[in-house]
Amino acid sequence: MNESGQGSATLRVFRGDATGGEGREYRVETLPGMVVLDALHQIQAEQDQTLAVRWNCKAARCGSCSAEVNGRPRLLCKARLDEFVGTIDVQPMKTFPLIKDLVTDVSFNYEVNKRIQPFTPREPGPFRIMQEDVDRVQEFRKCIECFLCQDVCHVLREHGQYSAYFGPRYMVRMAALEMHPLDMADRREQLHGDAGVQYCNITKCCEELCPEHIHITDNAIIPLKERVADVRWDPLRWAIQRVTGKS
Amino acid sequence: MIEPFETRPHDVLVLGAGGAGLRAAIAAKDAGADVGLVCKSLLGKAHTVMAEGGIASSLANVDPQDGWQVHFADTMRGGKNLNNWHMVELFAKEAPERVYELEYWGAVFDRTPEGKIMQRAFGGHTYRRLCHVGDRTGLELIRTLQERVVALGIPVYMEVTATTLFTDGDRVAGAFGYFRKDGRFVLFPAKAIVLATGGWGKLYKYTSMSWESTGDGAALAYRAGALLQDMEMVQFHPTGMLWPPGVRGLLVTEGVRGEGGILKNSKGERFMERIDPVRKDLATRDVVARAIATEVAEGRGSPHGGVFLDISHRGADFIKRKLPNMYDQFESLANVDITKEPMEVYPTNHYTMGGVRVDAETGSSTLDGLFAAGEVACGLHGANRLGGNSLSDLLVFGKRAGDAAASFAKQRAAATVPEAAVADEQRRVCEPFSREDGENPFTLHRELQETMQQNVGIFRVESELRTALNDILTLQRRAKNVRASGSQIYNPGWHACFDVQNMLTLAEAIVRSAIERKESRGGHWRTDYPKPDPEYGGKNLVATRKDGAMRISTLPIPRMPTELAALVVEKT
Amino acid sequence: MAVQHTSAPAHSVAQAPIAQPLWWLQPLTVVAVLGGFSGYAFWSVVVAPSGYEFGNYLSPFYSPLIQLGFWPFSPAILIAGFPLLFRATCYYYRKAYYRSFFWDPPSCAIAELGSAKSKAAYRGESRFPLVLLNFHRFFLYAALVVVAFLWVDAARGFIFDGRLGLGLGSIVLLVNVVLLTAYTFSCHSLRHLVGGGLDCFSCSRARYSFWQMLSRINPNHGMFAWFSLFSVVAADLYVRLLSAGILTDLRFF
Repeated sequence: MNESGQGSATLRVFRGDATGGEGREYRVETLPGMVVLDALHQIQAEQDQTLAVRWNCKAARCGSCSAEVNGRPRLLCKARLDEFVGTIDVQPMKTFPLIKDLVTDVSFNYEVNKRIQPFTPREPGPFRIMQEDVDRVQEFRKCIECFLCQDVCHVLREHGQYSAYFGPRYMVRMAALEMHPLDMADRREQLHGDAGVQYCNITKCCEELCPEHIHITDNAIIPLKERVADVRWDPLRWAIQRVTGKS
Repeated sequence: MIEPFETRPHDVLVLGAGGAGLRAAIAAKDAGADVGLVCKSLLGKAHTVMAEGGIASSLANVDPQDGWQVHFADTMRGGKNLNNWHMVELFAKEAPERVYELEYWGAVFDRTPEGKIMQRAFGGHTYRRLCHVGDRTGLELIRTLQERVVALGIPVYMEVTATTLFTDGDRVAGAFGYFRKDGRFVLFPAKAIVLATGGWGKLYKYTSMSWESTGDGAALAYRAGALLQDMEMVQFHPTGMLWPPGVRGLLVTEGVRGEGGILKNSKGERFMERIDPVRKDLATRDVVARAIATEVAEGRGSPHGGVFLDISHRGADFIKRKLPNMYDQFESLANVDITKEPMEVYPTNHYTMGGVRVDAETGSSTLDGLFAAGEVACGLHGANRLGGNSLSDLLVFGKRAGDAAASFAKQRAAATVPEAAVADEQRRVCEPFSREDGENPFTLHRELQETMQQNVGIFRVESELRTALNDILTLQRRAKNVRASGSQIYNPGWHACFDVQNMLTLAEAIVRSAIERKESRGGHWRTDYPKPDPEYGGKNLVATRKDGAMRISTLPIPRMPTELAALVVEKT
Repeated sequence: MAVQHTSAPAHSVAQAPIAQPLWWLQPLTVVAVLGGFSGYAFWSVVVAPSGYEFGNYLSPFYSPLIQLGFWPFSPAILIAGFPLLFRATCYYYRKAYYRSFFWDPPSCAIAELGSAKSKAAYRGESRFPLVLLNFHRFFLYAALVVVAFLWVDAARGFIFDGRLGLGLGSIVLLVNVVLLTAYTFSCHSLRHLVGGGLDCFSCSRARYSFWQMLSRINPNHGMFAWFSLFSVVAADLYVRLLSAGILTDLRFF
């Protein structure tokens, strides 16, 4: 590719399904500012209509086109071709069962989500809430549900703990609910229980990869661990509460 | 022979899981109906996520003078009085309640210093009226409704393409489609169906819309016998990204101008001051889009053929807090730091005011049992939509359609879907695989986009519209011969076959209506008829299917009651 | 409620080898530095209980200095455990050592070692002994006490025979305590305790302000962790070199 971005690029795209597959090479013509997703569309339109890739907005808003480019989980619509030198490897997310080519079955996430107690308001609206009380929650609600954090989380990816840990995305959702000033549900026992917050060993890959730059570990998971520690690992606090009668 | 297919009966079937579909499903469920929700992509990914600026609703949190009357008048004026005024009335009155309800379900809006929902200025709105969350309001809306749908336990059928609506006599009887993931066929018998399938921006080459916006719902409704109204009214958003080519058409939110951004031409002139001295950069979208196109056409454009949009004077902190996505989008995709330098913008296809003709109160189409809400429906926005009115449209009319569909379903017995019709449809859907030598649907789509972009854009003229119509009719003939290869498992080429057929139907309706409306009004600007014509201002154009061919006819707009008319006249 | 995928991920299809260059560099560096520090700390605290004091300078490993008649071992053993456990249970160091020593994971999206069975045995921090990491806040309390003593030591470092003075040692001890304070106060647990545990910030302004302050330094917790690690070693080494007569303290006044 020359400096104006006009030229060509070679992609090695995983083609196959649950029974097997392989990387297949395609050459595409490039324009300035083109992203990997554009290249895949060009392949669909001109070389192979059956190439499966999930996408919607092509503007990093919807979080559909998650995949792994040169081994790194990311959004295909934000991976610019001019970032790469040589053949670009495009593979599906590893953590979820493969449907076809770059499309995986992400239903695990939707199933987990159903188990979280929804927002439970303390009072009837309209609410009076100060901006500083929702700053934290708004950071979490930037999440576009691309599931890249779920993909890179080694608890799911490497250890397959699908039944023990909800994954970073749902820690973020639970944090948004727990820290909402008008939510009165208490999800701490669930966090300790089937949500499995203790399965996270805070190695921060989710935070590194988040396309919305949410501080998943520092601002969501660690504070949740601390909130669980409040009720389960803090005899001092418990004793003080017994003495003062406060909760 | 009939391949096996799943059958999923529901009282109310909602097609589309954007804002309107989700809200309709919630309403129908709350009304006690058994609801099924079908979406073409994954739950929570619909085009609503891309709405940036906010939800227009006269809460009067920032400007206490605001009220539904002003919102009503602004919307009517913005739509050049082509709107269904009763819809606008209901809309302006009910929008505040719908926003508060969203907050009660967990939406977290930006706050005023007193802790109320923050509101920002937007084009065509007299007061600061847009409830927002930075520049990702649509995401907040869809996530909140999505969580509500999950909490209510509504079954969601994700990644399903609906290929047809079945009718039983003169009422709708169900929908048919397939799961994109594995090509399994599915029949949804339903007493009532709510269409909430959004718009059809993918007709154009440069659009801010996602792939889903192929207008399936409107095309299905038209084929089933519903009327399409005001199809010529297409909105071009004034500010789309322009450079690099890979991102051309991507939306630059009106929030940039709402927060103080200024448009300038290559001479550094703030040209909107010349065109609309009062509203300047926040004039209505049709006006700003034409102004930008004119600047470029008259040689005062930026290097890549657009104009400059500058917000850098607001300072880096402010920009990153109020417009974080815009900052990120330009930084990562165009190497432009908007806190320091101006953006290059050009109008991009953004919205379709036209769509399925509906009853104001119920969202009922002209086909019994078929309801429509959101962008697929027509009436609220008239000839031009105001920014921010779309999200409140989804909420107000999503709820109304859901309520009405539930009560319709309660009153009626189940309809019957004839088996033979199912078999025919299955055969039709599988046909692309059986063609040895057929058309590539992607090629047809590209050619359609070229002609629409070229001939049916911001400025229109009869000769170009005729060219477009010829192109479209040719493409329609070719589209009968589309071919797919491979299997039914997640096969984009196969999916594209139906998308392109739907788009061609709607393109024909747009062009035929555009030829028919010999005046300039809102989003429809004819260089050969550059003035509004009161004659045309009093009627809607509707497309009907008669013996397989499309007819355009007119329907008069009922007179506005005097008390409402008085609201619009004041202050104009 | 059953989740669809209970075990064994995911792709039966092997992915091509990844092309992330130099991913091993970071874990290896961490192993070298943390290993070196541990070795040095062990030597200083346990093996060499002499030469940790020089005039008004005291090695940070030995502060507060507790000398008990019946205790035959290094006095640092009585005290150094607390700050060390504060670090061992620290949210930042946990990332560092899980990645570099346990390769769990070594880097993002890099395959881990071990059989499918051993990988499935992963329990994170939910079982003994790692579950004890949840006691981090108690080591924080101890570390706060130690930091208070270190401030006293740093102040003493400016007093030479009852008169105010300034030596290179005074600066070394001061820089060390500043970095240790920054490290301690940027702690995630402290951030939680002062205000992060609240749902309504506007209801307690003072705690909110404190939380905001800590939130500003918290993102640099890792950086302070490394810098303070080096400064402790530097301070200890400097005092020992003075005490052994290898260096002479540079006195400014």
